[in-house]
Amino acid sequence: MEAKKTPLIRLIDVSKDYDGDVALEKVSLYIRDGEFLTLLGPSGCGKTTMLRLIAGFIMPSSGRIEMDGQDIAKIPPHRRAVNTVFQKYALFPHLNVFDNIAFGLKIKKVPKAEIVPRVERMLQLVNLEGYGKRYVDQLSGGQQQRVAIARALVNEPKILLLDEPLGALDLKLRQEMQHELKRMQKQLGITFIYVTHDQEEALTMSDIIVVMKDGVIQQIGTPTDIYNEPKNVFVADFIGESNIVAALMLDDYRLRMNGTSYRCVDKGFGKNTEVDVVVRPEDIDIVPSERARVMGVVQSALFMGVHYEVLVQCGDYEWTVHTTDKVQPGAQVGIHIPPEAIHVMKKTRNNNIFDCEVYPDDNEVYIDEVAFDCVSVEGFEGKEAAIVQINPADVQLVSPQDAKLTGACKACLFLGTHYEVTVSCAENDWIAYAPDLYEDGEEVGILVDADKLHLSHAEKDAEEEP
Amino acid sequence: MKRRLFSYPYIVWMAIFILAPMLFIVYYAFWGGDGSFSLSYLRDALFARDIEGNLANLRSFGHSGIVAIETTGICLLLGYPIAYLLSRMKRSMAAFVSTLFVVPMWMNFLLRTYALRSIFLSLESATGIQILDTQAAVLIGMVYDFLPFMILPLYTILQKMDKSYMEAAQDLGANPAQTFTKVVLPLSVPGIVSGITMVFVPSVTAFAVSQLLGGRKTPPLIGDLIHRRFMSDPPMYGVGSALSLILMVFVLASMVLMRVFDKDSPNEKGGKLW
Repeated sequence: MEAKKTPLIRLIDVSKDYDGDVALEKVSLYIRDGEFLTLLGPSGCGKTTMLRLIAGFIMPSSGRIEMDGQDIAKIPPHRRAVNTVFQKYALFPHLNVFDNIAFGLKIKKVPKAEIVPRVERMLQLVNLEGYGKRYVDQLSGGQQQRVAIARALVNEPKILLLDEPLGALDLKLRQEMQHELKRMQKQLGITFIYVTHDQEEALTMSDIIVVMKDGVIQQIGTPTDIYNEPKNVFVADFIGESNIVAALMLDDYRLRMNGTSYRCVDKGFGKNTEVDVVVRPEDIDIVPSERARVMGVVQSALFMGVHYEVLVQCGDYEWTVHTTDKVQPGAQVGIHIPPEAIHVMKKTRNNNIFDCEVYPDDNEVYIDEVAFDCVSVEGFEGKEAAIVQINPADVQLVSPQDAKLTGACKACLFLGTHYEVTVSCAENDWIAYAPDLYEDGEEVGILVDADKLHLSHAEKDAEEEP
Repeated sequence: MKRRLFSYPYIVWMAIFILAPMLFIVYYAFWGGDGSFSLSYLRDALFARDIEGNLANLRSFGHSGIVAIETTGICLLLGYPIAYLLSRMKRSMAAFVSTLFVVPMWMNFLLRTYALRSIFLSLESATGIQILDTQAAVLIGMVYDFLPFMILPLYTILQKMDKSYMEAAQDLGANPAQTFTKVVLPLSVPGIVSGITMVFVPSVTAFAVSQLLGGRKTPPLIGDLIHRRFMSDPPMYGVGSALSLILMVFVLASMVLMRVFDKDSPNEKGGKLW
């Protein structure tokens, strides 16, 4: 569509921490001129931090931020060619709509004769002609939103930063504004950097989506890339609905999941490698049982407007299928998964590796400031810092009163036969495989059998990345 | 209505402690205690002349007004930066520092004023500069007494102010000075108005401070004049009450003026102490 454009903004190994809390970790990213780029992720993933770094409200702890090839890390926000639409708009309550929009121009000493037509043009762009004399508190949320956009755009910034600007609007208004924002961006040709946690919003509007989690970029790509080829379980789960299954890559183009082998279009994972597989519900076909290799029983069929959401139990696994065919609950059906519907992803972190303190005399190990019994402490003399490794399958989740170590469930992901539960404790995030679903924020207790703790000496190992 | 029951104690309270004294003042100002209506007390209160033929009371009114304006002005100039700094501090630190400003108020103001006297005296013996019994001493004493009343409402409004307003201003190209004058200052007007009211009213009616710190060499404040009328032998209730009444009207007029000024500013939520 367009010729190769040079990067307008470049982030190079940018980290940011607040008093030791890491908000961004070595993030590198470039943004091309005229792009609509969305930073997408759950709250606390670092997307707003990245926006504030580009706006200049905070400084990176390390790394470079370049604009047009110049390092702008030390340039204060008022001298950057960047404007922001704030989450709660931050419209000045002591000024009327006209003066709010004219604020930036007046600061820049633009002649008055020029200010009036420019503000009027902006009011027109955001469909608010005739609202100039109103005060902010006389406007609805959607109107305030438009004023905030006009106030930023009137300065003709190179980049417009939008911090979850539609979060406070109701659904219908939000969808309207999505289209309008896209229209304005095309009309003006300004680079938009848009922060949201709403994947649908991101997929609708963006040219490029950057999926983030825990201060790290998970994947960068076009909406179709991100949707069709998620790089890992997190992205697959966060964007759209998906069936995520633990599988074994038998060879190139061949894998085994839920006891059946399938053809796929991925290669290069090596033989007999554990992988995760994502299959989108709409890519699964329901076929008459006599023509199918995999059979299942329909558990439920829910009409969703355009399609049915059907749950099909096949052995241990319950597939979510979106289909326009009407099927009856209880019916025997076959399911067919075409090779190109199977997206293979590298297994992400599947081990618990923590710092700990070993007390060999008591056969105890302290993790998260809680004592665990440990059988094998040979090689340790006296109190010592060490690294402990625990297989997620050995982490037992119990009710909080039955364990010394408790934490809050942070994420719970269904992987076909079990759930992968992330439990956030005092210092560490524990990964556990559990048969049951845990709600986000639910308190759980953690137990580990004394023979399941694997210790190694701290010294140099701590520095090495796996 | 059951709720009305709760209001009775307050009505009684208001009747005894607010309404009754006011009625007494009006009564003494016009009927002078002997029951016959007369405007002479009011006339004496306004146009009394001293031995040199000056309009002494009117001058006192003027002087009180000037001292109160000066006190309020100095309190605003001193208090705003302090409140601004406080609002930028960490909460725990700000709580600690603002407590330091409030602690002197835990003492009786007469004690504080006596303490200032001794400080001025020892300063004088150390440096030879006379502070006590000058107009400056009166001003310092008043500012010292009333500064917290300026800082607290300003701090409240500045601390509550959404930081995103300042970020928005910077984002739109305003440097720190412009951010302050174009956003922070206008948005803190309600706090400034409360602060001015809370300092101006007590300082225009102040007494004792000027007597203790200004001595006989500075002109008396209107509060002192009223005090003297009531303490004289025989007490001059009529003229004293008339002076009080005039002062009340004066304060009321200035409050109304402030309210009009406040109305022009946006109705920012909260921040006012009343």
